[in-house]
Amino acid sequence: MSTTPLLKVKDISKFYGGRTGCRDVSFELWPGEVLAIVGESGSGKTTLLNCISTRLLPTTGSVEYHMRDGVYRDLFRMNEAERRFLMRTDWGFVHQNPADGLRMTVSAGANVGERLMAVGNRHYGNIRETAIDWLGRVEIDADRVDDQPRAFSGGMRQRLQIARNLVTGPRLVFMDEPTGGLDVSVQARLLDLVRGLVHDLGLSAIIVTHDLAVARLLSHRMMVMKDGQVIEQGLTDRVLDDPREPYTQLLVSSILQV
Amino acid sequence: MSELATYNFAYLDEQTKRMIRRAILKAIAIPGYQVPFASREMPMPYGWGTGGVQITAAIIGPKDVLKVIDQGADDTTNAVSIRAFFQKVANVAVTTHTADATIIQTRHRIPEAKLKENQVLVYQVPIPEPLRFLEPRETETRKMHALEEYGLMHVKLYEDIARNGRIATTYAYPVKVAGRYVMDPSPTPKFDNPKMHLSDALQLFGAGREKRIYAVPPYTEVVSLDFEDHPFEVQRFDKPCALCGAEEVYLDEVILDDKGGRMFVCSDTDHCEDRRAHGHVGAMLATEAAE
Repeated sequence: MSTTPLLKVKDISKFYGGRTGCRDVSFELWPGEVLAIVGESGSGKTTLLNCISTRLLPTTGSVEYHMRDGVYRDLFRMNEAERRFLMRTDWGFVHQNPADGLRMTVSAGANVGERLMAVGNRHYGNIRETAIDWLGRVEIDADRVDDQPRAFSGGMRQRLQIARNLVTGPRLVFMDEPTGGLDVSVQARLLDLVRGLVHDLGLSAIIVTHDLAVARLLSHRMMVMKDGQVIEQGLTDRVLDDPREPYTQLLVSSILQV
Repeated sequence: MSELATYNFAYLDEQTKRMIRRAILKAIAIPGYQVPFASREMPMPYGWGTGGVQITAAIIGPKDVLKVIDQGADDTTNAVSIRAFFQKVANVAVTTHTADATIIQTRHRIPEAKLKENQVLVYQVPIPEPLRFLEPRETETRKMHALEEYGLMHVKLYEDIARNGRIATTYAYPVKVAGRYVMDPSPTPKFDNPKMHLSDALQLFGAGREKRIYAVPPYTEVVSLDFEDHPFEVQRFDKPCALCGAEEVYLDEVILDDKGGRMFVCSDTDHCEDRRAHGHVGAMLATEAAE
């Protein structure tokens, strides 16, 4: 494992007027590591994710990213063009609702190919071939390449969204409740797929979820949030098997046992 | 009494013309960039060329000679009424001959005859934003223009090829101007796109409802977007014009009867008449003459 973190988050706080989105969150993310942010709804998970991924401007704090050329850059000191370029090449963002992350009115192939075209790929045949390859990797049949995502089921849409994000070979992927709204068998398949892709591609990922099972399956490390603050963090198995904070104990004990 | 009742020269008041001229100058300075302007109500409905009319009104002088075309023709409603409008409010000379005109206001075509340095082509534009149908948010499209993020434009072309096996966009075909801004050349057929490239004439685009003006200065590069393996191509027609026999021009299909009879004629009526005056005869005219 590499000795330098991919992402350094320092003292991120976000206030909405008098209300707190998240407060004083610091952590480091290492290459190849999957970090889960868990907590109940309203605990500031998504605010934190949006701040780190530069979709929201935090009130205070800094996020430094280890660029491909080896230097750390403060994301909020980059200009917008650089930041957007980073977001569509070196990063991915998987939304809870696939309709937010996909273009619903263009075909699956164009959805996957969009990032390639955005970075200057101008060969139709190559773009299409890559798109079909990626559809295969997320278990969508090649003959669906010209169908619009509207014709896809929820699980397929989510897998298409993942393919669309991974096509440029990003190093860091943000996922906001990637399994939300899917039924359990589809969830299981999606988790399996994501786990495989993360492992094969050596991705780093930050996954926001309220579902501890998702955290257990995918993540190496997790952070538990409550009222905008991180109250406990550690290796996933440690936190889930031996929760220290009363709130974490409550959270773990709330899991339905079938 | 009669003083009060007359219009200012070319209908618009001088302050408005000044505002529009400023927008035009800015547009020329930044080729392909859509400059917002305070579009006025004109005595015609939106969609009838209010943007083009305002540009023409702002640049026209008493010595100008105006030509107005609609789909290439000088004698269609839109062309006739705009021509009559400027005759009335500016008392300028009008013509149907491309070569004689100094200002040509057009809807959907570029004349077949090569334009010259002293001519200005004014386009009527319904939707100036080339990215609009792919990205509905104006804030986002402006940002995309500002940051030169034009991948989305190729998504549209990709969709075309995926669905039709070729780039099926035949009008409003997106172009890149001076290597920077992607621009909608208004709904002209893509047949006319090559004519915009390094044109001798100044080209101005006015969108009245959307309140935008943009421009292509003379001798500016205008490149139609395409893929390496699906290069840009213009439409080809199997037959020459039925009236004047012209080839390599844009033709309109005219239905003749309900038994499938049809003819293809020049869309540019002035070009067609001019050729016939010079003795060119198309297939249909020749058979009529023989009968």
